[in-house]
Amino acid sequence: MSEVHIDAAGHAEPSFSTKAIWKTFWILLIITLVELVLAIVYYETHFLPKHFLNGLFVIGTLAKAFFIIAEFMHLRHELKNFILSLVFPSLLFIWFLIAFLWDGNSYRDLRNKYDSYHLEQSKTPAAKKPGVE
Amino acid sequence: MSQVAQAGQKWWSGGKSPYNLEYGKLMMWFFLMSDAFTFGAFLISYGSIRFASNSWPDPNHVFRSFPVIGEMHIPLAFVSLMTFILIMSSVTMVLAVAAGHNNDKQGVIKWMFWTILGGLAFLSCQAWEWTHLHAERAWWGRNPFMNIDGTQSSTNFTNFFFTITGFHGFHVFSGVVINIIMLIMTMKGTFEKRGHYLMIEKAGLYWHFVDLVWVFVFTCFYLL
Repeated sequence: MSEVHIDAAGHAEPSFSTKAIWKTFWILLIITLVELVLAIVYYETHFLPKHFLNGLFVIGTLAKAFFIIAEFMHLRHELKNFILSLVFPSLLFIWFLIAFLWDGNSYRDLRNKYDSYHLEQSKTPAAKKPGVE
Repeated sequence: MSQVAQAGQKWWSGGKSPYNLEYGKLMMWFFLMSDAFTFGAFLISYGSIRFASNSWPDPNHVFRSFPVIGEMHIPLAFVSLMTFILIMSSVTMVLAVAAGHNNDKQGVIKWMFWTILGGLAFLSCQAWEWTHLHAERAWWGRNPFMNIDGTQSSTNFTNFFFTITGFHGFHVFSGVVINIIMLIMTMKGTFEKRGHYLMIEKAGLYWHFVDLVWVFVFTCFYLL
């Protein structure tokens, strides 16, 4: 990061380090492999509660997103002004997620409460369709 | 870092660029920001419908096939391969950008070539997956898979799956087209004459964004 490269447009930018690229690659690969192993082990043996695993998967995903944006897209090496201009609008996602997932959950609860036919239907095992495993 | 030395300056009082970023790169970032909200809206609507459902199909069951080797039943193996291909092509893309920084024309050509190949490999995998699911009678408006608890599922699962992976696949396709154009321009020496490879960086930003979206699609559809 100490090395600064002046490009033709006159902007000073730290140059890319091949070592950092490969380090990021290994981090991404290891996170993905861990997620996969947990998912497959859960499928075979139902090891660990699913809600706990989902939490791990979300954390893994956010970590991967951070490394892709910071290193591959080089955002970590841009000016703080610019980083904040992207981070602040992205905070809307927090509201977006909470509001909509909450709403979906509330819809399910209300429907189960007031539409007993729907609740009964959603608890009845379906007959196996021909030609499908 | 030079940026630290400049801290304390009045960035917003005019006379200099507060972002110190080339115009095209800045606009690419803002475009990706808006695209992130488009994908975010898709994935969050998927999430809210899933939260509104009493049960949902099991991804480990739906995505269990692997081509060629007799369609073995290995859960998630094929999609792991797709994920690996996309991450790998992201790495070759950064290496192309790094080569561009050093004005290394041959390096840019080599890494752009591998990136395009990775993109095409990913698209082929997705084409196989769609064909396979279609053969199992999954498509928009029809869903052959049971919910995980053995109850009848709605078509929400397939509708969201094909819409979102389709929209992502279309992004990968445009990325491959953009990368091919960049490769041709590099080979013709356009950037060499221009003296910089900033166009490769802009294409690179787009390509990494496609990889970034896949990370979220992968989690939402295959893991959760």
